[in-house]
Amino acid sequence: MDKIPILRMGHFLLVTIQTDLYDRLAMSLEADLVQMVSKTNAKGVLIDISAQSIVDSFMGRIIGNIASMCKILDAETVVVGMQPAVAITLIELGLELKGVHTALNVEKGMELLQTKIILPTEDTSDDDDYSA
Amino acid sequence: MIIPLNKEAVEVKKEQDTIFLRNRIKECATKTGMGLVNQTKLITAASELARNMLRYAGGGNVLVETVSKGRENGVRLTFKDTGPGIPDIAMAMKDGYSTGKSLGLGLPGTKRLVSEFDIKSTPGTGTVITIIKWKNG
Ligand SMILES: Nc1ncnc2c1ncn2[C@@H]1O[C@H](COP(=O)(O)OP(=O)(O)OP(=O)(O)O)[C@@H](O)[C@H]1O
Ligand SMILES: [Mg+2]
Repeated sequence: MDKIPILRMGHFLLVTIQTDLYDRLAMSLEADLVQMVSKTNAKGVLIDISAQSIVDSFMGRIIGNIASMCKILDAETVVVGMQPAVAITLIELGLELKGVHTALNVEKGMELLQTKIILPTEDTSDDDDYSA
Repeated sequence: MIIPLNKEAVEVKKEQDTIFLRNRIKECATKTGMGLVNQTKLITAASELARNMLRYAGGGNVLVETVSKGRENGVRLTFKDTGPGIPDIAMAMKDGYSTGKSLGLGLPGTKRLVSEFDIKSTPGTGTVITIIKWKNG
């Protein structure tokens, strides 16, 4: 079965969903992400959906689930890159993404996560290698 | 009068089929010159109906057509299954009604996203749902 890769960047996990999602793939991403957050003690999760041309009620719900489960594990979730047409459609469909932060792009999303999270004091310069 | 310009049947038997369906619809919608927002609404609606068909009726068929009415062009989708049918359509069309422990957004949400929505269901026989999205609708 297909799998969506999860990248670790210091205290954050980064997911870029490049393939078209079907339900089982979305569900396995949910399970993998939550497991990874708990294993790595990640403080933030960034999900890039800029390649998704649609988000329907099921995928929207999965994103909501990820956010609320991560919250329990003390991690914040930011969804970035939602296309305007997708946002308009979600509203009309009647789905609210409760508890999910959104940002325009990966860079802005990272900034947002940084403001939401109080990182343990340590040198974080090793993150720079990945941030380009 | 609604005139079909071309048609194609797509089988939906498993989840991955919905991705193929979405792509076929996208192609049709692009041909009519439909804008991105309307395309997104239409494809999202189709995704909801395809999921319902898989979940509640074990799959079915979708007829994808480009249609015209007067000067307006659009895409018509007919979802047909031979599942258990819906006993109370008015109830199923309500926001929040679900027999699948879900949000109950699919049918009412779909209706909001498209230009025309028609549902016919006979318990024991199956369900036929037809939606149209007009290019400028
Ligand atoms: N093709 C179908 N065959 C039989 N029953 C159906 C079919 N489509 C929908 N239903 C019934 O109508 C109800 C409402 O459907 P709707 O899509 O609005 O909500 P849902 O699928 O339960 O939840 P959601 O779509 O928000 O995940 C379903 O719970 C189901 O009982
Ligand atoms: Mg549904």
